[in-house]
Amino acid sequence: MSEARFEPKIVAFFCTWCTYTAADLTGISRLAYAPNVRAIRLMCSGRLDPQFVLAAFRHGADGVLVGGCHPGDCHYQEGNYKAERRIELLRCVLREMGIEDERLRLEWISASEGDKVQRVCNEMTEDLRRLGPLRLARPTRSNVKIGAAEAR
Amino acid sequence: MTKPKVAFYWCASCGGCEEAVVDLGEDLLKIVELVDVVFWPVALDFKRADVEALNDGELVAAFINGAVRTSEQEEMVELLRRKSGAVVALGSCAVSGGIPGLANLYEREAILDAVYREATSLVNDEGTLPAEESRVAEGVLSLPAFDASVRTLDQVVDVDYYLPGCPPPVGLIASAVTALVEGTLPDKGAVLAPDRALCSECPRAVTKPDKLLVDAFRRPHEVNIDPELCLLAQGLICMGPATRAGCVAACIGGNMPCTGCMGPTSSVADYGAKALSAIASIISANDEGEIVARIAEIVDPVGTFYRYSLPASLLHHRVATRVEEPVP
Repeated sequence: MSEARFEPKIVAFFCTWCTYTAADLTGISRLAYAPNVRAIRLMCSGRLDPQFVLAAFRHGADGVLVGGCHPGDCHYQEGNYKAERRIELLRCVLREMGIEDERLRLEWISASEGDKVQRVCNEMTEDLRRLGPLRLARPTRSNVKIGAAEAR
Repeated sequence: MTKPKVAFYWCASCGGCEEAVVDLGEDLLKIVELVDVVFWPVALDFKRADVEALNDGELVAAFINGAVRTSEQEEMVELLRRKSGAVVALGSCAVSGGIPGLANLYEREAILDAVYREATSLVNDEGTLPAEESRVAEGVLSLPAFDASVRTLDQVVDVDYYLPGCPPPVGLIASAVTALVEGTLPDKGAVLAPDRALCSECPRAVTKPDKLLVDAFRRPHEVNIDPELCLLAQGLICMGPATRAGCVAACIGGNMPCTGCMGPTSSVADYGAKALSAIASIISANDEGEIVARIAEIVDPVGTFYRYSLPASLLHHRVATRVEEPVP
């Protein structure tokens, strides 16, 4: 049997007005992209609670992708700006917690950019494949060997 | 009629929660009229054997403060859990990890090295580390094991009630003990503090602008703090919007911003994530470069947003340095 390739799990939060519509276009246009991405539709990238990102990591995601409207295009005026502020600050926390920058990616993708959804999903899948799985510690008595604790 | 029995115990903590119990002052005498304190290492000379001699469930409640880091603490809280009808996590360390929980930013080995090998005040040429067992001429000496991470009380034993705060407000302790004696405690799992944000009881709330935006973050020592104006409006990082009420804004009354010791309200799972969300959203900049520059003004984001709750957070501990693993 050939050596198993690591398949990262990516949870994607897409805003309904731009990026989620773009992901539909990707499909309609028959542009294949990595099946590692699980898309979740939000009304706006500004709805993204940083807790969603951490919960995704805790429940086994190796990366989180956030897609929103380009600056100036937010359906709700400034939701995407709030998303960007939150994600940049969250990234600082993740960095301090030993979680690489590549595991959280923010992209502005308009409804017409189906090809960009394809490119971003493929790129991120490859980046995470190189990085390997995210192994979070669990609160057990001896989680020194993180891998062993996870396996229990 | 015999009085109900209670116990107080401390784990990884500073003693401030014990101080808060003593701060009940003369009210402590009223409490002692209502209950028998049968175990309280900081104040009374009872031993572990006295607790072991109790019947299971004989204590009406154990008030346990401090996070759990050692095998000794784990054994003691498991013993007290068996002997108690209710276990109350007293203070931020027991509730969510507290200040000792920030040790979860470091690996166990790095902590031992820093404390026993690298500290400048040390003389330890042989690089000796505390061992769980050491053989000496007189026999074998033992020490408690130092766990891989700091845990909250409810990550070790079942907890019935939570009383957060660093230390918990004296009034909340008094009402918890009263409710316990009168049998009027809420459902299991409740936090014995109001379930609303601190801003709702902050005397400065009236000065909070309708649209709160911050051009620059400042630290308390860098500015003359206006004693009337909303601290967020002055660019100080105040955790009021994300933090549970119940402290009657004591720090803010002392002209210092809230640091979040009361933890989140019941609608929030991860305090730090919610707090950073609130703070990030009031940054006035829209341009990526400016946003990054504003955020760079926030010194030590984990220590700011998870000051009291890193072990309870969804991430729990810094991700360990990667080790090569065989492909399964």
